Amino acid sequence: MLYKLQFAELLPYWDVLLQGLVFTIVLTIVSTAAGVAVGTAGASARTFGPAWLGWIVVVYVELIRNTPFIVQLFFIFFGLPAAGVKLDETTAAFLAMVINLGAYSTEIIRAGIEAVPKGHIEAGVSLAMTKWEVLRHIVLNQAFRKIYPALSSQIIIVMLGSAVVSQISAQDLTYAANFVASRDFRNFEVYLVATLAYLVLAIVTRAVLRGLGRIFFKAAS
Amino acid sequence: MVQFTVWDIFSNLLIATEWTIILSIIAFVCGGIVGLVLLFARTSGVRPLVFVTKIYIEFFQGTPLLMQLFLFFFGIALFGIEVSPWMAATMALTFWTSAFLTEIWRGCVESIPKGQWEASTSLAMTYFEQMRYVILPQASRIAVAPTVGFSVQVVKGTALASIIGFVELTKAGTMLNNATFRPFLVYSLVALIYFCLCFPLSFMAKKLEGRLNVAR
Repeated sequence: MLYKLQFAELLPYWDVLLQGLVFTIVLTIVSTAAGVAVGTAGASARTFGPAWLGWIVVVYVELIRNTPFIVQLFFIFFGLPAAGVKLDETTAAFLAMVINLGAYSTEIIRAGIEAVPKGHIEAGVSLAMTKWEVLRHIVLNQAFRKIYPALSSQIIIVMLGSAVVSQISAQDLTYAANFVASRDFRNFEVYLVATLAYLVLAIVTRAVLRGLGRIFFKAAS
Repeated sequence: MVQFTVWDIFSNLLIATEWTIILSIIAFVCGGIVGLVLLFARTSGVRPLVFVTKIYIEFFQGTPLLMQLFLFFFGIALFGIEVSPWMAATMALTFWTSAFLTEIWRGCVESIPKGQWEASTSLAMTYFEQMRYVILPQASRIAVAPTVGFSVQVVKGTALASIIGFVELTKAGTMLNNATFRPFLVYSLVALIYFCLCFPLSFMAKKLEGRLNVAR
């Protein structure tokens, strides 16, 4: 006997799924903004800061890049309260996402910074630009132009990875799908719909990032 | 009440680590085999084949691994087949890995100069002969570093199998946490073990990358 797929049974739950989708989108946007800020600070500190600060950044980046996101999430949500830091599930989800993307973008942006020719920095200094002006107008400007595609794909990877936050009951799209599945038992249908929603989200995000890239870096690409 | 020493927790986690390693190796090897087949299809230039592989890659790269695990877990069951978490995890991770490896290897194949293709074509080699004797030997040298780098993602990916109930390192961590109520210690140890598995691989990938650049 073959099973008949029944998508109609999902219709009453469209608002639950939509709320989850919105949460995932907001989570992605906020953690992208904050994560890239962390990454920029981390990469700048690593390249131009004192040695001890550079080491802290290295340890942070390697710790995050070599452990699964779900373990980081569990550590923040279950582990930190034992050490006295209590977070609700939404805050923990946001924090974990920022920390995770922060580490990856540090590494990506650092590669961009290192690709900036030394002569450009010296030229800036000889024009009496301050350290910050050189960093802002010469180093980061060129670095971001170079690493923008890599950063874009990392943002999409992190967005897809965010499905895991449902495991600490942060109410994202996957959480919504789990909820619906537990109500009407149409597991496969609801997960298929959620999966396709993620696929569309990934494709749209890629297009949006490409568009933004064109606006920001007119000369490149 | 049973008391757990740190060593009890750690040794139990190590037992579960074995399953993380086994799952990683199976996913990586099977994913590599499927990925190689897909690579032939992807670079064959036969339109329908290229199109199908593109969709396959887009699907597995554009959706969360967690969702893929759910789909395999609940999807295969629809055909009346009993699915164990082990089977669903192996299949989902294999297909997920294969999509990424195909994409990585395609980049390596395409970086081989066009003249190599043309020269081997003029020697009347078939497509498979070209790949086997000319392209792949050269491409595989470039492919080693990113492939090793991706293996880190596979090891980390296996952590998601815990969600569909497969007992590996992360799941063991959750279970031990429920038994001992020491989440800070348990998850620190879990993270530490993952780090010990992944860091050597990342480090090796970085070293290989550097060596390749010198050779050029």
